[in-house]
Amino acid sequence: MSEIFTHEVLQVIWFLLWGLLWGIYFVLDGFDLGMGTLLPFLASNEDERRVIFNAAGPFWDGNEVWLITAGGVTFAAFPLAYAVLFSALYAPLLILLFALIFRAVSFEFRNKIDSPQWRKIWDTVQFLGSFLPALLLGVAFAGLFQGIPINENGVYTGTILSLLNVYGLLGGLFFVVMFAVHGCVWLSLKSEGYLQEKADRCALKLWPLLVLLAVAFLVATYFYTPLFNIFLRILPLSIIPLLAVVLLLIFPAFMRSGKRVTAFAVSALFILLVTLFGVIGMFPNVVPSNINPEYSITIAESASSQLTLTIMLCVALVCVPIVIIYQAWVYSVFSHKITKEELDSDHAY
Amino acid sequence: MDVVLLSRLQFAVAVFFHFIFVPLTLGLTVLLAIMETIYVRTGNEQYKRMAKFWGKLFLINFALGIVTGITLEFQFGTNWANYSHGVGDIFGSILAIEATLAFFLESTFVAVWHFGWEKVSKKVHCFAIWAVAFASNLSAVWIIVANGWMQNPVGSTFVNGRALLADFWEVITNPFAWSMYVHTILASWMLAGFFVLGISALHLVKNNETDFFGRSFKLAAGWTLVLSVLLPLQGHTHGVTVAKYQPAKLAAMESHWETKKSAPLYLLVLPDEKNRRNSIEALPIPGFLSFLATGDSSSEVVGLNQIGEKDFAEFAAKTGYKPDRPVVVMADGEKVMRPIKAQDAIPPVMITFLSFRLMIALAILFPLLAILAFAWRDSIAKRPGFARLLALVIPLPYICIMAGWTVAEVGRQPWIVNKLMLTVQGISAVPASSVALSLVAFIVVYGLLGVLDIYLLRKYALKGPDGTAPAVA
Repeated sequence: MSEIFTHEVLQVIWFLLWGLLWGIYFVLDGFDLGMGTLLPFLASNEDERRVIFNAAGPFWDGNEVWLITAGGVTFAAFPLAYAVLFSALYAPLLILLFALIFRAVSFEFRNKIDSPQWRKIWDTVQFLGSFLPALLLGVAFAGLFQGIPINENGVYTGTILSLLNVYGLLGGLFFVVMFAVHGCVWLSLKSEGYLQEKADRCALKLWPLLVLLAVAFLVATYFYTPLFNIFLRILPLSIIPLLAVVLLLIFPAFMRSGKRVTAFAVSALFILLVTLFGVIGMFPNVVPSNINPEYSITIAESASSQLTLTIMLCVALVCVPIVIIYQAWVYSVFSHKITKEELDSDHAY
Repeated sequence: MDVVLLSRLQFAVAVFFHFIFVPLTLGLTVLLAIMETIYVRTGNEQYKRMAKFWGKLFLINFALGIVTGITLEFQFGTNWANYSHGVGDIFGSILAIEATLAFFLESTFVAVWHFGWEKVSKKVHCFAIWAVAFASNLSAVWIIVANGWMQNPVGSTFVNGRALLADFWEVITNPFAWSMYVHTILASWMLAGFFVLGISALHLVKNNETDFFGRSFKLAAGWTLVLSVLLPLQGHTHGVTVAKYQPAKLAAMESHWETKKSAPLYLLVLPDEKNRRNSIEALPIPGFLSFLATGDSSSEVVGLNQIGEKDFAEFAAKTGYKPDRPVVVMADGEKVMRPIKAQDAIPPVMITFLSFRLMIALAILFPLLAILAFAWRDSIAKRPGFARLLALVIPLPYICIMAGWTVAEVGRQPWIVNKLMLTVQGISAVPASSVALSLVAFIVVYGLLGVLDIYLLRKYALKGPDGTAPAVA
């Protein structure tokens, strides 16, 4: 066992799992963040707003646990990377956290006081609490792809605005629109009637913008980051970005023909592949430095011990499939449309 | 202001605020599970209504518990980067396992329970709340195993400034952690009991839903009685565990300065921290401190004036501590130096001592209240004074738990990991101004949300199960 699973092999496995975890998080929380972002634009009355809240109802909390797990795995598998990255991204991370806190509260508090003003406050909170995380996650990951200003001590030397360069902003917008499209499809799956029509139309209207942003991001990635190197060196890996492009292009066909489940799967896989493209492109760095490549934090130097990585791999191999099974079960239990009747029940948001 | 102090304050704010919501979740989920099981077994609709009503309060409480927990996990990286790097191999992996094993289970089945009343069968629904109760109490195992490791770092080796995992089994069977876990669980479950007692009592004196709140009260009365008696008993054995693994903490709890055989326990003590002695020491019970610490009244109890140098020597030998090395170098080249002298390696005495006294005083009060509540469980409606008192004391178990955690965490100082890493060595190279700003943001945001949450809890607690109760308070 330890002959195959050497420390180096374990490090690479955990790096890939790390990327996969972030990918799963983006796929899952992506749709509810996307819906929240579109809340003020798609919903025009109280019932429609409540459909949107309840379409995320049983899922958003479980989805966010993938973020906790992704953060936890960064801490556990690559402690140095976790330490450097999280302290470097101090301000954006805290804004992200506050946004997520307010957003979570908006679900729970919104219907607790029967007043339009009160609900209006939490609708705004839901929008900001969804839009900001999507934007910041995009900015942060774009920042990771192009490297962040860390010195030889792993200390961040930039300012709060260093990440908000052209590439960073492009990454942020790309994430916002990617999640918004994903959210439209989810909403379309969960709603009926006029709101569903609006969600369908919105997905198709946003799609050209998504293509534009994806192309711009890909081109900018070529100029601003070393991400493509590994794909040019190991050509079969290029299947990842190529497949992502194909999925993006075939997406509207499924929406137009009303195959929403397939469209959602396409959109989900697209998000996953985009994440994997970026993460694999960073190899062998976990936190690249744009001051000097030598200051970059690599997988090898930041990884935990062989024993820790082995134990965590065992835990992951046993538990994650179980998690996926019961989460999938919950998705099937709550796969129904949010109907008027559903909104009238005493447990709806 | 000092970056170390600011980072510590921020962590204190984040962790205390988080822990306002945790204990109720730990205890109330079990009570909910019991109520719903009775409903499923007997078919008595009243217990379904009970699960729904208390469940609504649980959910209002739960949302903030989750998100403030995410903040905590990120705090280690944002503000305690050197700590994270130093202990990630052990501490980080335990947090990751906690998320995988417990958080997924908890969040997924909370959703089934919250939204699934008409979607799944009665039995599956009841299973969901048991799963939530199990998962939340399981998550406490892991986080306390992680904290227990900071108190008593077993199963690890120290290499090049980092603690590496040597024996996982030893880490998860750490006797200190399990003692702490049982202590935390008993206190949290008791807290939930007082929560149900207080709210039920208020409704009962107003003759509102007497059957509903009578049943709630009786269930909680037995539960709270058992727990409030078990808690101080187990608390004593936990104290023995602390004495064994962290003599410095025990000495600070008792403000015990000089090593002594047959050490007495003074009932009246006033610490004089500056001069490292007590300015008042009166009413001794001979040999009782020795007895409490070890079970033998003639044994030796190490004093604060002796323990610091001993602990420090152990630390220096293990880690090769160099006081002239900066704890961090900021981006602008500023070196943050925090050298520490051997004799100063003791916890802040006054805070530890007072928090411990507060915790003990409350822990003596709780069984008395619980005995009365249990004795008067059928006649509470006719005892408006006591009923109001029960509602008024709802915050006390919270205060008791906070005091307990203060003893545990302040009493561990100056170490972030006992005798392995100093708290000052754990910080991030983030400028003090940034931490000050985020600390203010935390206080404002948490303050606002805390007030709103308590307001809503109160509102829904007073509304009663159908939301039609006349204003009770």
